[in-house]
Amino acid sequence: MSAVNPVFQTPDFAPASAEIVVLAMACVILVADLFIPDRRRWITYGLCMATLALAAAATAFWVPGGTILTFSDTFVSDPLSRLLKLFTYAVVATVFLYSREYLRARDLFKGEYYLLAIFATLGIMVMISAHSMLSLYLGLELMSLSLYAMVAFSRDDPVAAESAMKYFVLGAIASGCFLFGTSMLYGVTGSLDLGEIARAVTVMDELNIHLLFALSFILVGVAFKFGAVPFHMWIPDVYHGAPTPVTLFIGSAAKVASFAMLLRVIVEGLGAVQESWSGMLVVLSVLSMGLGNVVAIAQTNLKRMLAYSTISHVGFILMGVLTGSRAGVESALFYTLAYVIMATAAFGMILLLSRQGFEADELEDFRGLSRRSPWFAGIMLVTMFSMAGVPPFLGFWAKLAVLWAAVDAGMTWLAVTGVIFSVIGAFYYLRVIKLMYFDEPETAGDIVAGAEFRLLLSLNGLLILVLGIFPQGLIALCNQAIAF
Amino acid sequence: MIGLSHYLTLSGLLFALAVAGIFLNRKNVILLLMCIELMLLAVNFNFVILARFLGDTAGQVFVFFILTVAAAESAIGLAILVVLFRSRRSISVRELDSMKG
Repeated sequence: MSAVNPVFQTPDFAPASAEIVVLAMACVILVADLFIPDRRRWITYGLCMATLALAAAATAFWVPGGTILTFSDTFVSDPLSRLLKLFTYAVVATVFLYSREYLRARDLFKGEYYLLAIFATLGIMVMISAHSMLSLYLGLELMSLSLYAMVAFSRDDPVAAESAMKYFVLGAIASGCFLFGTSMLYGVTGSLDLGEIARAVTVMDELNIHLLFALSFILVGVAFKFGAVPFHMWIPDVYHGAPTPVTLFIGSAAKVASFAMLLRVIVEGLGAVQESWSGMLVVLSVLSMGLGNVVAIAQTNLKRMLAYSTISHVGFILMGVLTGSRAGVESALFYTLAYVIMATAAFGMILLLSRQGFEADELEDFRGLSRRSPWFAGIMLVTMFSMAGVPPFLGFWAKLAVLWAAVDAGMTWLAVTGVIFSVIGAFYYLRVIKLMYFDEPETAGDIVAGAEFRLLLSLNGLLILVLGIFPQGLIALCNQAIAF
Repeated sequence: MIGLSHYLTLSGLLFALAVAGIFLNRKNVILLLMCIELMLLAVNFNFVILARFLGDTAGQVFVFFILTVAAAESAIGLAILVVLFRSRRSISVRELDSMKG
């Protein structure tokens, strides 16, 4: 046992300044929200937006460049963490803006939604910067516990309560498996620090049974949080049952966190046993792409369809990661960012078409949208084409990068499987487009949404198109972020 | 002589018991919460034993964090349970099936 250092050294706070800002602001808003009357609830909303802006400023200007470890090596600030954090702020701010009118129309415009989302964002930030199993676990739980409460926060909705319960139980099992694996890993390597674990694993036998045991349990936990088949049971029910703004948050910002968790533990921590985990990830990837794309065809509810579409996209992200190469991880990062941009636009469309007492979450609700609003039908068209992987949209380049990485790693059969399943998947995306353009509208209601919502959603859709035509910028960003 | 493997077997058994409890129980959501708690305690047991045998304190520190998070987790679980009961007048696991597809 090493001697305990009697001198307490003050940690370097600068790399964690964004987290500190968000935590301090969350506490301030928590108290301030108590004294704000209901008709002034926009103050809470404004404060939450200001928190995100401050955090972005902190990440961009106060956090020093390079790779820095601090807080006894439990916290890391590297180019990857800065990119993912800035992306998360932008996504969460977009989610807040999209959700505002929907929540207001349903008498749900309360401080709870925004505060829980801010705490979940803090959890995501901690996960992104985790350099120890302990900080990773704490970030994961901060995010998950906030999300469970967010799903249930529409208190009079029995469906939401049911999906919250399912999400809670399955999420808790996932955390339990992850922790059990962590404890085994701690026993094998004697450390919780991801750097130490990576060093200890390098000198270990590939077929160390305890290590494989720990790896499988950790992988089950990660796959649960990610929603990869066969650990996907919660995804359709939660996406369907949760209020749409919460679905939007879980489908976008939380995906970034799952990806960060996969990178930190599996790729960085256990990179030396890549041969062991890539085989497991191949199974998860093929099953996810297959089941997600096939079952999505049978759905009539758009939120449920997008849930199965998420599962299939997770399969593609895993395909990039499992190669274990730098190019593969880079392509998976690119895919994750692209997917989150597309998912935000797709759920944004549901929020746009929903009105007081009316949910636009059935496929039928998009019937004849091109007559009612040609512009937003166009945005939905771009999003669906991009998700299906049609050039020249963003989703095409993401799929291409991942498939390329798989071929480079000598797994051509996997790439071919991916292409076949994405062709099957194109069917249900194209069905939405057919409904919008070739069917007569059933509901004649106009779209009631504020100017800023319309503007941001238009920008979101245009971003998919512009990044599809000029993908080099985003690819270069991903290239700089991955360093190993 | 009781060695490390005995302790690890015990914690493994507790963990398996918790998982089996979650999947076999069809009656009551409160039992699910108890099983989740048992699962986390099995992990805690693992950490304490390994920390003892490795002569390292990090594992024991982890246990304190898990205990705290487990308390928060059950609070949220029970809160969701109350919401569920108010809207359905039942906490049976079998009736949690209103969504299909």
